[in-house]
Amino acid sequence: MNVTSASPAVDLRAVGAPEAGVVARPLSRLSDADLGTLLMIRHFELAVLELFSQGRLHGTTHTCLGQEYIPVALYPLLDEGDYVFSNHRGHGHYLARFHDPHGLLAEIMGRAGAVCHGVGGSQHIYRDRYLSTGVQGQSLPVAVGVGLHLKGAEPGRIAVVHIGDGTWGEGAVYEALNMAQLWQVPVLVVVEHNGIAQSTPTERQMSGTVAARAAAFGVGHLRIDSVDVADVRAALTPVVEQVRDRHRPYVIECVTHRVGPHSKGDDTRAAEVRERAARHDWYRRYRQDHPARFAAADQAQAEAVAAVVREVGARPASRWEAR
Amino acid sequence: MTRRQRVAENLNSALHHLLGAHPGTYLIGEDVADPYGGAFKVTRGLSDRFPDRVLSSPLSEGGIAGVGAGLALAGNRSVVEMMFSDFAALAFDPLLNFAAKSVSMYGRRVPMSMVVRCPTGGNRGYGPTHSQSLQKHFLGIPSLHLREVSPFHDNQRVLTAMLDREEPGVLFEDKVLYTRAMYQDGVVDDLFRYEVLADPGETARVFAPDCGPPDWIVLAPGGLTERAVTALRTLLLEEEITCELLVPSQLYPFDSKALLPVLSRADRICVMEDSTADGTWGELLAQQLHEQLWSRLARPVLPLSAEPSIVPTAAHLEHEVLLQPSTIHRAIMEATK
Repeated sequence: MNVTSASPAVDLRAVGAPEAGVVARPLSRLSDADLGTLLMIRHFELAVLELFSQGRLHGTTHTCLGQEYIPVALYPLLDEGDYVFSNHRGHGHYLARFHDPHGLLAEIMGRAGAVCHGVGGSQHIYRDRYLSTGVQGQSLPVAVGVGLHLKGAEPGRIAVVHIGDGTWGEGAVYEALNMAQLWQVPVLVVVEHNGIAQSTPTERQMSGTVAARAAAFGVGHLRIDSVDVADVRAALTPVVEQVRDRHRPYVIECVTHRVGPHSKGDDTRAAEVRERAARHDWYRRYRQDHPARFAAADQAQAEAVAAVVREVGARPASRWEAR
Repeated sequence: MTRRQRVAENLNSALHHLLGAHPGTYLIGEDVADPYGGAFKVTRGLSDRFPDRVLSSPLSEGGIAGVGAGLALAGNRSVVEMMFSDFAALAFDPLLNFAAKSVSMYGRRVPMSMVVRCPTGGNRGYGPTHSQSLQKHFLGIPSLHLREVSPFHDNQRVLTAMLDREEPGVLFEDKVLYTRAMYQDGVVDDLFRYEVLADPGETARVFAPDCGPPDWIVLAPGGLTERAVTALRTLLLEEEITCELLVPSQLYPFDSKALLPVLSRADRICVMEDSTADGTWGELLAQQLHEQLWSRLARPVLPLSAEPSIVPTAAHLEHEVLLQPSTIHRAIMEATK
């Protein structure tokens, strides 16, 4: 996979796109660490939905079921000096960066030890150089500002911004891409293109393509169709290096599949559409491709997350002291 | 005697100082770079001196407010210029939902040293989309503070205080003021003197010496200074009504308690502003003052504001809509009877 073109030309090649209707070659065998993180996120999200159904969570949440592999593939390429901007669907991003299910669940449940004392909740989290916000597109100009700082004060570090396909409806995205390219700022935009914005399919909310949008600004673009962590990481590696070394923005478009609801119990997609998403689910495919290895790791993570739920659920309420 | 510094020059030298004294300070805005130096020439000479930190931006008010917030998040200081304050409406989301909320929404204080500069107000014929006074739309937002430029307050001190606060702030700059001279040495004109009080809002007090307790205390933001002083003069000379003028640097949060010793010297108070009425800074002050001074006031606080109208372009129409010295004079005179 060669993504080292110095020109800002659009790269329309797709990585790992399965042929239509056919599931691609078996998924790569993953390291214990990668598999463990993937499964931790999966069981965490399932636990969140279960807690909601039990009436034990207040407010709302957005799970990343089906999209867990994206931060798991990307984050080993980052160091702690890089910024990550997450969005409403950010549990997987947080867990892949910090491996801290206790702090995140406490945040979502409003319990002691919550990473933001229960003030921010599911979609407003700030820890070290990781920040999520709940307004679509808002973090892109912020990331350009952070990127200006990094370019001037900490060259070689980058700002990563996770957005969805729906986020491209926001003008802030275009203002930010324009400035990022004009000022050559090290911002890596990771589009998790799951084909649906809440309830609206992409084809009914986006004209044109993500690739053409990036091209319009002279910003490099790479589409990644694979859900294989090894493939995705291999494709991302030269892109991350390029953003780091050349201080310029890049758009990664991960074609992915939202296996669960937008929020909770609000999936109005037809059964065949949901089944199509499920066929692409790395979880189902990895279970098929590596059954023995999967079973042991899956059980371990299911038990670990269940223990987190028990432990955090028994904690006292969080306190907001530093107002 | 040397020529007094104009307000735009004072702002310009303040920005030169800020960028020189703090290497992490950025200034971003439309057409701010030299040789143009900004639509009102406030940023002249800055990009020549600090080319990496003074950025002429695309026409993206929301975007640059977000960039400024990102710089602040990363520990820098940012000054973001809206070419006209009306365009700050385009920056409302990054200011309200990101910069201001981020100070507290993550459960601990996140410092955000950021100022959005807003050339504001009418009386220059720029018409409805370039003349509005939008202060009231930014009131009451937790962690967002508002200041207004005046001829009494040195802007190096003002901007430094705003950035040291580590919360986002909006600085309103009345466009008419840019060409006016800064007052200095406690002198306004042949009749009036001024002093800056020690309250948190750094309020300037304008008074005619040796007049005793005033009939009225008039509160006005910096942009109304000239019109208010003109009215003070005619009220004194033609009606023998004595007024003192209070011009706070900080509009919000506003701490009227700290001004009570001064406010208590009169039993009539007027608050004025250039915005349209309803939901305004003046109403906020009136509510605070009614709470604190009700039993001592001879009448309810007199609120003066612009007509409930857009700001028209033609000079005679614009003049009718915005507060003028004659309007202020008449309103105070009638409320004195």
